[in-house]
Amino acid sequence: MSKMSGIVKFLKRNAVAYLFLTPWLLGFFVLTVYPMVYSLWLGFTNYDFTQPNATQWIGLGNYLKMFGPLFGLSEFTASTGEVIRADPYYLKSLSVTFTYVFASVPLKLIAALAVAMLMNQKLRGVSFYRAVYYIPTLLGGSVAIAVLWRKLFEKEGLVNGLLGAIGFTDLPGWITNPKYALWTLVLLSVWQFGSSMIIFLAGLKQIPQDFYEAASVDGASKVRQFFSITIPLLSPVILFNLVMQMIYAFQAFTQAYIIGGGRGGVLNSTLFYSLHLYIQGWTYHEMGYASAMAWVLLVIIGVFTALIFRSANLWVSYGTGE
Amino acid sequence: MIAEENQRSTMSSTPRSFWENTTNRRSMGRLVIYAILIVGAIIMIAPFAFLISSSLKVETQVFEYPIRWIPDPVRWMNYVESLTYKPFHIYFKNTMIIALLNQIAILGTASFCAYGFARIEFPGRDFWFGVALATMMLPYFVTMVPQFIIFSRLGWMDSYLPLTVPYFFGGGAFNIFLFRQFFRTFPEELADAARIDGCTEFGIYWRIFVPLAVPAFITVAIFTFMFSWNDFIGPLLYINTPDKFTVAIGLATYRSALGVGRTRWDLLMAASVAMTAPIVLLFFILQRYFIKGVVMTGIKG
Repeated sequence: MSKMSGIVKFLKRNAVAYLFLTPWLLGFFVLTVYPMVYSLWLGFTNYDFTQPNATQWIGLGNYLKMFGPLFGLSEFTASTGEVIRADPYYLKSLSVTFTYVFASVPLKLIAALAVAMLMNQKLRGVSFYRAVYYIPTLLGGSVAIAVLWRKLFEKEGLVNGLLGAIGFTDLPGWITNPKYALWTLVLLSVWQFGSSMIIFLAGLKQIPQDFYEAASVDGASKVRQFFSITIPLLSPVILFNLVMQMIYAFQAFTQAYIIGGGRGGVLNSTLFYSLHLYIQGWTYHEMGYASAMAWVLLVIIGVFTALIFRSANLWVSYGTGE
Repeated sequence: MIAEENQRSTMSSTPRSFWENTTNRRSMGRLVIYAILIVGAIIMIAPFAFLISSSLKVETQVFEYPIRWIPDPVRWMNYVESLTYKPFHIYFKNTMIIALLNQIAILGTASFCAYGFARIEFPGRDFWFGVALATMMLPYFVTMVPQFIIFSRLGWMDSYLPLTVPYFFGGGAFNIFLFRQFFRTFPEELADAARIDGCTEFGIYWRIFVPLAVPAFITVAIFTFMFSWNDFIGPLLYINTPDKFTVAIGLATYRSALGVGRTRWDLLMAASVAMTAPIVLLFFILQRYFIKGVVMTGIKG
């Protein structure tokens, strides 16, 4: 009898739990799982948004279109007999995105940690500084900031004005010069180190002060303390920031779109992966190809996330703390 | 004796012994930190100062060198001209409609689902929660194309449905995560006591946890507002009619509209200030909740 009521209670509890999860579960299957399967299928077709009825299975055609130039392939015949031209800009967009991610993420985290450590001293007005340093992050994703950035780094922009004032001459237009355009976007990303900084600061506050006192009694230098106490105890937070910022950086879109005026900038120097995907899918309506591109991006992000978590065994310590 | 003491006191004011004094050294170190922080803060803020200053200038002064930080004359008309050049009041209204619907969707369903994840123990809970966290890492672009095709088949193009309806399904893993973290900080006895009194799970969620979680609601509301306000790619994909534009899209098209031959930077800058001002205002009023939200998603995971 009591066993029966136990089971009933258990089932009831389960049902109630799933009832609470229903909105999310529905969304998960309808808006995530189904589109993902759909998109995987699209990636093997030549789906064109303007003529969906002409859709044909082209096997690995889209993937060959992306990576063909790697093997010197400029065009090939798909299984349908259709001649497909390899995408001459895909590898460029990949290299632009990799450069952006590998330059901006480490620089951003270093800036965030350095400022967080300065703020972790017992200072007055920390909340004021924290707010000021957070503002660029707060507004960073907005169209207004991308517009402003364009203006700052133009040939006659603020940056050249200031550099000119301290004696530099022959300054380039940073946005219009293919050598530098991407780096202005890296700088824009690094400037927005605010949320990483706040997370680091909270992490630093959890490190007991006794550790540092004990270390300095033992004669450990500040540098030694940093590498032997701060970094190990902060490593889970570093891991979190690293993974989140990397995933975020791989998907950067708005800034590149505005700064390049909806295109990839001069000589495609700011042709971000997501921007290229958007242009393929929405300007040229090649949504099959865009889907394949999206899956490659998913795999890339997955591989890098896995690599970081794998390497975490080597450098992240979960010893103390929560 | 006295001479000796005098000597000692002059000694102690020489630079060397000044540095030997740890209190002095510490306060000097602190001064240096302040100096670095202040210089850093100026660099962080300079672009905004330039933005605000340019927005109040006469057009010809925007390009003047050396840079005139304080505009003379101050031209407030830039704001009037800039916000009437395009129907910004309509963009503003549109954005607020979307933002409001997103608030209802996300605050309602994310907290509801989070209660299931946080407070009810059932087999498979950890599995589903793991799945929810994994979706946070999923690039938006993977579902973007199929969603676009699905929504267009439903006839949702050029409407706010694609920008609002999806958020009624759990409101995004990030927000569920944030609510869950918050709900888990409450003691179990709270719910148990209510259960003994015959309260249903929904009653516990609605009458006990929702009122207690007001700070979490404020935090999520802020992030939601910021998201709706700044969202660019969503309206870019789905909205075509200028009357339906949001502020972000309005501003993005502003440049090309004004730039026939040349860009009116003074007006563009004024519009940019107008777009960012609400967010900055919100931040300074509710800073506490902002910081809490950032920390909560970052640390205790």
